Amino acid sequence: MTAATALAPAPGLSERVLAPVRDGLAVCWRNLIALRRVPRLLIFSTVQPIVFVLLFRYVFGGVVGAVLHGVSYVDYLMPGVFVQVVTFGAVNTAIGLATDLQTGLMERFRSLPMARSAVLSGRTTADLARNVFVVALISGVGFLVGFRVHSDVWGFLAGALLVLAFGFAMSWVFAVVGLAVGDPETATAAAFPVLAPLVFASSAFVPTSTMPGWLQVFANHQPVTITAGAVRALMLGTPVGSQVWQALAWDVGIVAAFAPLGVWLYRKAV
Amino acid sequence: MTTRHSTAPAIRVRGLGKRFKDLVALDDVDFEVPPGSVFGLLGPNGAGKTTAIRILTTIIPPTAGRAEVLGTDVVAHPGTVRRLIGLAGQYAAVDPNLTARENLRLIGRLTQVPRHRRSPRAADLLARFDLTQAADRPVRTFSGGMRRRLDVAAALVPEPPVLFLDEPTTGLDPQSRTALWELIRELVADGTTVLLTTQYLEEADRLAQRIAVLAEGRVVADDTPHALKARLGTTVLELGMGEDPRAVRAAALLTDRLAQTPEREGALLRLPSPDGSLLLMDVLHALESERLTPRTIAVRESSLDDVYLALTGHRTTGGPT
Repeated sequence: MTAATALAPAPGLSERVLAPVRDGLAVCWRNLIALRRVPRLLIFSTVQPIVFVLLFRYVFGGVVGAVLHGVSYVDYLMPGVFVQVVTFGAVNTAIGLATDLQTGLMERFRSLPMARSAVLSGRTTADLARNVFVVALISGVGFLVGFRVHSDVWGFLAGALLVLAFGFAMSWVFAVVGLAVGDPETATAAAFPVLAPLVFASSAFVPTSTMPGWLQVFANHQPVTITAGAVRALMLGTPVGSQVWQALAWDVGIVAAFAPLGVWLYRKAV
Repeated sequence: MTTRHSTAPAIRVRGLGKRFKDLVALDDVDFEVPPGSVFGLLGPNGAGKTTAIRILTTIIPPTAGRAEVLGTDVVAHPGTVRRLIGLAGQYAAVDPNLTARENLRLIGRLTQVPRHRRSPRAADLLARFDLTQAADRPVRTFSGGMRRRLDVAAALVPEPPVLFLDEPTTGLDPQSRTALWELIRELVADGTTVLLTTQYLEEADRLAQRIAVLAEGRVVADDTPHALKARLGTTVLELGMGEDPRAVRAAALLTDRLAQTPEREGALLRLPSPDGSLLLMDVLHALESERLTPRTIAVRESSLDDVYLALTGHRTTGGPT
């Protein structure tokens, strides 16, 4: 049993710090390969937002444009679409983890000497990489239908980063959902009733000012509105105020709440 | 450390229990597996085999008792245990979107196999499991048997000193099954300890030095295959009575005359015995008196299936298919 003793060094401090990163990257790599091998995963996460851009731009553009003051609707819309894309896209995190649970891959991972956070962080970072691609693609479509950045390239990039940060935070929420419900179909079904109000009862597509008062209370204070507002300000070059910080605070708060919950669920998932 | 491990059991389970809400999956289970041997956990579906493996591989905690792998407690030091074990589960737990080679290299990465050894290790295992030709195809194109082989290969990547195989040959064709048995023997010859679960008595008989029979979460027998067979006698008498009613009458008669209740399956009666040919004389004599002559008669060696029946009151689900 010399092999046993050689194989079992006590994990040192550097191991505890390094292992989550090292193992998370390994799992992330594995998830990105799946994305490349099964292109429909990517296609479905891009087709829907493209349809949203075109529909909202041309169907609601006239009506909503009339209540906007000096801002073209497509410029108002695009930051909202970015936030909408990553919010709905977070369901993929739940689907991915629930699938791993169903196929038994999660059982194998849990028997391996890898960091307990790696399966989750590997999934959320892979979904972050997917969002980079999707946001870039949607930007291209936006530019084609008349979207223009009124600040500068830095404003645009800062806005895009804020979108990605929100998407990353939402991925952790759905990591918890995926582990809690345990199957991809239920995860998808459970997501829509939560996500639809979050995305539509917000300033993502229309200003909240025409909503009933009670709804405005919710709409004005929820993270989609705050993130969309911050991104809009960054990209349109309007005064940013504290919106960026508020948006980042939401992101940090969401991850701080849901990441430990997710890891806890992963440890005890059956 | 080295000397202590070589004498201490590779796996030690004491009073192990697991309760899922109302269901008792394991109840006061004890067993020990000496290093470098194969231990068979035998039982039908739902007997608690997989639960025992999941506790020993740190996937779920027990609700009672202790379990140790190479002297390390699975609850107190799961991280250490995970470095000592390999697991091939009941479901082929490999990533369908990765190729076979990528799957093995991923496991290599996650078990801290040094980078330069991951590719040779993967190639070696692919060759041993006859997967070299399919190595660079996504696993979702694999047959069930190929996935299972890859699953076992994945368990071997870190060269674990203790290997857990949960029904490793389910879904394998006879040729792959024989090849896997051979491989398990090689691993054990090199000092690996193997705990395998199976529903197939033949498999446990062929591979294991020791067998624990599980029924409804309890160990009902823990012995060598040889001793288990000896416990029940070495022969089984099988009488084909032609029609069910005749078999029922014959069973009643034998119970009455020989104080031994045969097991009836349709028109077939089975009687275990330490000496089948002697019993045969008595049986035929008794049956003749009531004009219940059997249509077919066979005296055969008792199988572990017979042992299982005697211990649990019901047969297993049959041999490997």
